[in-house]
Amino acid sequence: MAHFTLSTLARALGALAVSAAAAFAPSPAAAQDPKKADGPILIGHYGSLTGSEATFGQNTSRGIRIAVKEINDAGGIGGRKVELKEYDTQGKTQEAGSAVTRLLTSDKVSALLGEVASSLSITGGKLAQKYSVPMITPSSTNPQVTRIGNMVFRVCFLDDFQGYAMAKFAYDDLKAKKVAILFDQAQTYSKGLAEFFSKSFRELGGKISAEQAFTGGDQDFSAQLTTIRETNPDAIYVPGYYTDAGNIALQVRKLGITAPLLGGDGWDSPKLAEIGGGAIEGSFYTNHYSHQDPRGEVQEFVRKYTETYGQVPDALAALGYDSARVLFAAMKASPTLEGKDLAAAIAATKDFQGVAGTITIDKNRNARKPAVIVEMKGGVPTYRATVQPK
Amino acid sequence: MTLDQRRAAELAPSRAVAALRSAAPLAVGLGLALALHLGLDASDLPFHTKVLVDVGINVILAVSLTMVNGFTGQFSVGHAAFMAVGGYTAGALTYYSSLLLWDSGDQHGGFLGAGEWLFVGSCIVGGLVAAAAGYVVGLPSLRLRGDYLAIVTLGFGEIVRVILQQTGNVKFTADEVREAGFLDTATSLGGALGFTGVPTYSSIFWVYAFVAITLLVAHRLKFSTYGRAFLSIREDEIAAEAMGVRTTRYKVLAFVLAAGFAGIAGGMFAHQSGATLNPRELGFQKSFDVVTMVVLGGMGSISGAVAAAAILTILPELLRDLPHVWPAGVLVLALGLAFGGPKRARFALWTVGVTAAIEAIRFGARRLGVNLADYRLIFYALSLILMMILRPQGIFGVREAWEIGPIGRILARRARRAAP
Repeated sequence: MAHFTLSTLARALGALAVSAAAAFAPSPAAAQDPKKADGPILIGHYGSLTGSEATFGQNTSRGIRIAVKEINDAGGIGGRKVELKEYDTQGKTQEAGSAVTRLLTSDKVSALLGEVASSLSITGGKLAQKYSVPMITPSSTNPQVTRIGNMVFRVCFLDDFQGYAMAKFAYDDLKAKKVAILFDQAQTYSKGLAEFFSKSFRELGGKISAEQAFTGGDQDFSAQLTTIRETNPDAIYVPGYYTDAGNIALQVRKLGITAPLLGGDGWDSPKLAEIGGGAIEGSFYTNHYSHQDPRGEVQEFVRKYTETYGQVPDALAALGYDSARVLFAAMKASPTLEGKDLAAAIAATKDFQGVAGTITIDKNRNARKPAVIVEMKGGVPTYRATVQPK
Repeated sequence: MTLDQRRAAELAPSRAVAALRSAAPLAVGLGLALALHLGLDASDLPFHTKVLVDVGINVILAVSLTMVNGFTGQFSVGHAAFMAVGGYTAGALTYYSSLLLWDSGDQHGGFLGAGEWLFVGSCIVGGLVAAAAGYVVGLPSLRLRGDYLAIVTLGFGEIVRVILQQTGNVKFTADEVREAGFLDTATSLGGALGFTGVPTYSSIFWVYAFVAITLLVAHRLKFSTYGRAFLSIREDEIAAEAMGVRTTRYKVLAFVLAAGFAGIAGGMFAHQSGATLNPRELGFQKSFDVVTMVVLGGMGSISGAVAAAAILTILPELLRDLPHVWPAGVLVLALGLAFGGPKRARFALWTVGVTAAIEAIRFGARRLGVNLADYRLIFYALSLILMMILRPQGIFGVREAWEIGPIGRILARRARRAAP
């Protein structure tokens, strides 16, 4: 094999360049505009199907696929089938940029779904805005995403609502009057939740007894927790990710604090119970949806998903499914599939019965929708309550 | 002046000739960049343009890292960190200056307009800051021999990433910036979310103009006394030192230059449409991608680094939708048989084999209903492994593209004739 000579390789390189040029040459089929043709309606999804957040993209994709199959089984939109074109981003903005540019300009999709991570949704959203193709992000919670312009929407709630929902639940249902906060100062997400929670809880009449910070990945929280213990709170709000939350729960119980822990959707992982074990029992967190929600749509979706993929859908799958269904409903309502009309139809979405709650798109293109409160019971996140939007 | 020095001075070309030697290729490079820019602009191919911009940025990165890892044989794994330093500097400069000057963070002016010159200036400043960072990192670690540089650059990369993650939210209006003052604004770089809002000035022309400059500098450097000193350090540091080469000085020089160009590449990345500066993306993984390009291209081969950067950028995009390869295969076969050297039969066999294998995979996948795009990173990694098995010394080894193959044979013949 090693006899491959220098000159052969030089020529093989030339070959690669030729084939690259051939592959990238615009094919005649791509030249005609699928938005007006009679063939299938093309929609695009970009997500991290590989990379360190692969489960995010894959589960979103599965949710979207269920929705696509549903609409096609029901005869499509206006007699036209829906076809999903999907590209991987590897969780990198540069890849997301390429994937979205390709979907928008080479494949000429009518609408775009994606991403989970806000930084990638911002990259994709800017391109969607530039080429006037509507985009719905299933699960990016950062406010900046929909600020891009009139083409970018979301079907999940924002972090400020999540903070409010937990404050409301703690005050009304748990009857908590004094809550301590322990947040991750290195995460915009955690800082944001802490801020919104604290503001809402005070407005409701409660008191924040202590505010302590840690840095994600810390192993020892005894200093912060001792300070918190002295203020004797009714509950401790720990917005952050599941690994830290699990570790904190262990140390909270070790210090003899019995107050329940409260968290956000960053807790939503099977790892939470693995790390936290018995210590996390009786804690609550806000989430986009619970598969135990008794509503008919939810149970129908859970059944279909479990049949197809052999596992219970998580929140990302549910949001992926919702984003696709909101899009299809708008496509049915819209007079044409041109970006401007379609965006207007999506913006007009009102009281849409989604799996992750009833969705109304507000004037800032964000979703007004309820949050669910989940309780850890026997190591399993169990549906507890639904908090309606303000 | 010793006799040798006087003789060297007589042999050396005059300053004017030397300047012309740099100016002429630069003019050609800029001309090509302009032609490519106008050509793509006219043909309305945004996706191809995007991929070509990515290629250009990666070429700058790979060629600059070649100066360190290839020429001097040191091992730096922190190239993305210098890219981040340059990118954030340039991005912040353009974005916040735009806010203050024109009250908007959007693009200002058209092709070669005021906004574009601000962008070019910012990129150069970004490069200088990155070079300064390179000096600080390089000076202590390059005095030593061995793996210290790898460890130090690795650590530097992590430090840069963590610091950038701690920065505050981007400011959106000129009033916010004025109110906050310099220090607060300079640390409002978006944190973990990334620095969004940087205007997108990185067009084909500017990226390839900087590619031309990078290539020119790398080439002039390699075939100069500096280049000889670099290569001598790579081959045997003790011997080089014994011959009077100031090894630390040369190593630091190569490192600072490389960091500077990485900073400029970062500036291009920051202003790219379809990419967002963010600390995670400019971490260890990106550094390693660039190292892969240098190793694949061949240690110290400039054209090798260019080819590897192009291949490794285009390949993942190509694999999203595996195209038919037989037309290219037939073309290569014909060219190989027509112009091939003594081993044309083996080459033909390889071409037919590889083409048939790829077509078979394509056909099989279609039959079985398998989406090949799901496995594209496996194919990507496989092709990397294959290339390293076939060419362990890299695509061009330590040589340049024009030193091998048919052109190389002609040049060698001419050189033999010219020699006494």
